[in-house]
Amino acid sequence: MVNALEATSPKVVEPTVFDLSSPGRVGVRMPASDVPAMEAPPPHLLRSELPLPELAEADVVRHYTRLSSFNYSVDGGFYPLGSCTMKYNPKINEDVCRLPGFLFTHPLQPIETAQGNLALMYQLQEWLKEIAGFAGVTLQPAAGAQGEFTGILMMRAYHKSRSDDKRVKMLIPDAAHGTNPASVGMMGMTVVTIPSDSRGNVDLNALEAACDDTVVGMMLTNPNTLGMFDENVEKVISLVHGCGGLMYGDGANLNALLGIVRPGDVGFDVMHFNLHKTFAVPHGGGGPGSGPVGAAEHLLDFLPDPLVGIVEEGDDETPPLYGFITPAKTIGRMKTFHGHFGGGLVRAFAYIAMQGPDGLKDIAQYAVLNANYLQAKLRDTYKIPYDRICMHEFVAEGRFEGSDVRALDISKRLMDYNFHPPTNYFPLIVPEALMIEPTETENKDTLDAFADAMIKIAEEAKTAPEVVKSAPHTTRFGRMDEVKAARELVLCCWLPEGYDLS
Amino acid sequence: MTYIPISPHERDEMLATVGVQSLDELFDAIPAKQRFPKLNLPPAWTEMEALEELSNIANANENARGDLISFLGAGMYHHYIPSVVDHMLRRGEFYTAYTPYQPEISQGTLQAIFEYQSLMAALTGMDVSNASHYDGATAAAEAVTLAHVQFRGKRNRVVLSPAIHPQYRQVIRTYTQAMGVEIVGENDGLSDVRFSAEDLQALVSEETCLVIVQYPDFFGRVYDYKKFIDDAHAKGALVCVIANPTALALFKTPGEMGADIVVGDGQPLGIPMWFGGPSIGFFTTRKQYIHKMAGRLVGETVDNKGQRGYVLTLTAREQHIKRERATSNICTNQSLLALASAVYLSVLGKAGLKQVANLCYQKAHYAANELNKVKGYGVSRDVFFHEFVLECPQSASEINAHLLEHGILGGYDLGQDYPALKNHLLIAVTEMNSKEEIDALVSVLSEVKYG
Repeated sequence: MVNALEATSPKVVEPTVFDLSSPGRVGVRMPASDVPAMEAPPPHLLRSELPLPELAEADVVRHYTRLSSFNYSVDGGFYPLGSCTMKYNPKINEDVCRLPGFLFTHPLQPIETAQGNLALMYQLQEWLKEIAGFAGVTLQPAAGAQGEFTGILMMRAYHKSRSDDKRVKMLIPDAAHGTNPASVGMMGMTVVTIPSDSRGNVDLNALEAACDDTVVGMMLTNPNTLGMFDENVEKVISLVHGCGGLMYGDGANLNALLGIVRPGDVGFDVMHFNLHKTFAVPHGGGGPGSGPVGAAEHLLDFLPDPLVGIVEEGDDETPPLYGFITPAKTIGRMKTFHGHFGGGLVRAFAYIAMQGPDGLKDIAQYAVLNANYLQAKLRDTYKIPYDRICMHEFVAEGRFEGSDVRALDISKRLMDYNFHPPTNYFPLIVPEALMIEPTETENKDTLDAFADAMIKIAEEAKTAPEVVKSAPHTTRFGRMDEVKAARELVLCCWLPEGYDLS
Repeated sequence: MTYIPISPHERDEMLATVGVQSLDELFDAIPAKQRFPKLNLPPAWTEMEALEELSNIANANENARGDLISFLGAGMYHHYIPSVVDHMLRRGEFYTAYTPYQPEISQGTLQAIFEYQSLMAALTGMDVSNASHYDGATAAAEAVTLAHVQFRGKRNRVVLSPAIHPQYRQVIRTYTQAMGVEIVGENDGLSDVRFSAEDLQALVSEETCLVIVQYPDFFGRVYDYKKFIDDAHAKGALVCVIANPTALALFKTPGEMGADIVVGDGQPLGIPMWFGGPSIGFFTTRKQYIHKMAGRLVGETVDNKGQRGYVLTLTAREQHIKRERATSNICTNQSLLALASAVYLSVLGKAGLKQVANLCYQKAHYAANELNKVKGYGVSRDVFFHEFVLECPQSASEINAHLLEHGILGGYDLGQDYPALKNHLLIAVTEMNSKEEIDALVSVLSEVKYG
């Protein structure tokens, strides 16, 4: 067996749980059985060995505590990751989502015993409808990408229900998130890419040329990933509707629109929310998220199964009975049970309830103010290719005349100044893109310090480019060898017997 | 202004820097007609009110810790979660981080996922695991995509055992409705609980890309799929096993039986029931399918200081690179819950997990034995793990209503999905059920009038 580790013997900063294991160590002990001994299962059905680690509880705590110290986080500092809305995650939400009444309820228990959960879900459906201007909402999708998949299935089902079978094209702007075309790819539809114009809007001529009776619809992120609200959104939507297509809204950037405009009012037919962006559900190091979908009246029948509804009306004395209802022409079930209830829905419910209508508008206004403030502070140092009032984020070019410093280098150098880098190399239409989203939860001092660091790095790019190109210097870990990772594919702590690396 | 740290004075300074007079002026690009809608939402709660109100909402439920004795499983299980697990999850360094795209400052998340991948590969007996899917059902749906891509669309049939969780089968149908895949099995005369592996095998043909079975199956039964898998392989089909991770501490691994893909729901590994989610879908496979597997993967490497480190690898398979040519659109997954599973498996370890599985097995068998003695009730003699089918003297819904009056959350009413099993309950017993609770179940059920 070839062992890549021994060949290079890298320094181990923190051993894995398998490295730390020692035979006979025990963590949490389980109680002895209180029932009479039962006959054991037939031996031929039993597994021979269970290769799990053996650790004491304190070892486990120290191990994961040390690992946590290797992470950068919103709790630790500024995280201006564009299109990810890395806002502060309120601590009270962590407490309320762990109330025993939420933690220990089973998804299949009788509805009469889960009226608290169902009322909360019903209310959240109502609030999301009101916030975004839709006629119905499903809370089931697990994340934004699954919300997109849900929405596209609904669009397909809508056309099919009208025997409109020739629609196979989905129009997607060149600035779109990768999940948009990937969701369409899962459906066997064709993606038609629509370019952006010089102001960062959808190119209306190109759109008009693409609109015909084979169009399923268009997926539009608005504000788009350049941070621009499409100035022609009404024209865009009327072109798509005009050819019989439906408008899908990618709600990833909804934070800019709370109390500012409701996508449903502008004419979007279906849209997903990212509760883990807009409504402060923590990102968890990459999930779980939560991606509810809102739908206009004509798409209600196609929503996933089931929705939460009122199954028995109440009166002055008794509250209504909440339960599950199946939409008439549902696309089916997206996942088991009812969505990311505890981790997603309860936290988002608490967040919205603590904002109220005015608080939601404040969120959008200050998110947009913070982004424009940073854009103004950086405008003289970094090229802003689409330079106008932005929404909650903006995109700068991470390159300078006469320097070979790239966006990636700037990002790594920011770590030395104790900041998380912006999103880089996205959107694809801006060379060396740095996509910066400060969110509303940052104060002016932080924004000033970040702008200072960015300006300092721009200077360094000219005076000491090597310092930038070899960054980060102050972090515990340096740049990783990604080629080696992809070539050797060591994906487990040990290599199973007979594993062939070639 | 909750959570917004900008004073009016600072706001004005910032507006001046931007070159506008007011916050409203920032939104001139929005169509005037629809700008600044009045939202019909209740006024904001303070933190004190939120705690009070949400406690009331939570208390309006009856839960399996304070109110009810639970024998309900059917895909979501009431297990003990060691205190350590949540203490680790509540570290802001973990839960307020994003996807680890910047490995220099994300090694905590990356190493934890790498450990999770290793633990899941060990538990299922497979070569590799990805970083997670949304839940067991979506992981099973992604297995169909893998198999379909593997045969480049030349094999378009998927055989689903009718003894797979009904909701998993629904999700697989939703996911594949636009893929041009034909699903056979569940509507082919096999919806009776007594169908055999031979019946299912008869549906596997040269057109089958994937066969999916569950282990233990939805009825709790443990079956050695070795021969079944060999026979399916002889026809060129791939086999996916949906497994319960707790059962794998005790029973032969799907890897050992020859499975190509093993998926399942990781909820039993340290994740609360939480009214159904979020949980985590695990996905493990053989090394030859790595490049076709959806989802993120963490791989080991070294940094430029010669230190061992971890990165997201093989990202060229994923949506943000491949766009419409990606086989899956998955982006956000269940990272924090992969950490929960890793902590759970580490702190229970080899001995602890075996003990949990053994307690489940012992108590469930005690319950089955005792119930089998009660007149009018019957339990089949199949080998099972911690769930079994109980034939009742009345409709399952009437039995459950009676149990609920006594504070007992009964089993899953199988008649909802299998018309022939109208009088059958699926009873789950875990380490959380004491002998006293099981005896109470037996005693309440004995009171039900026979016939």
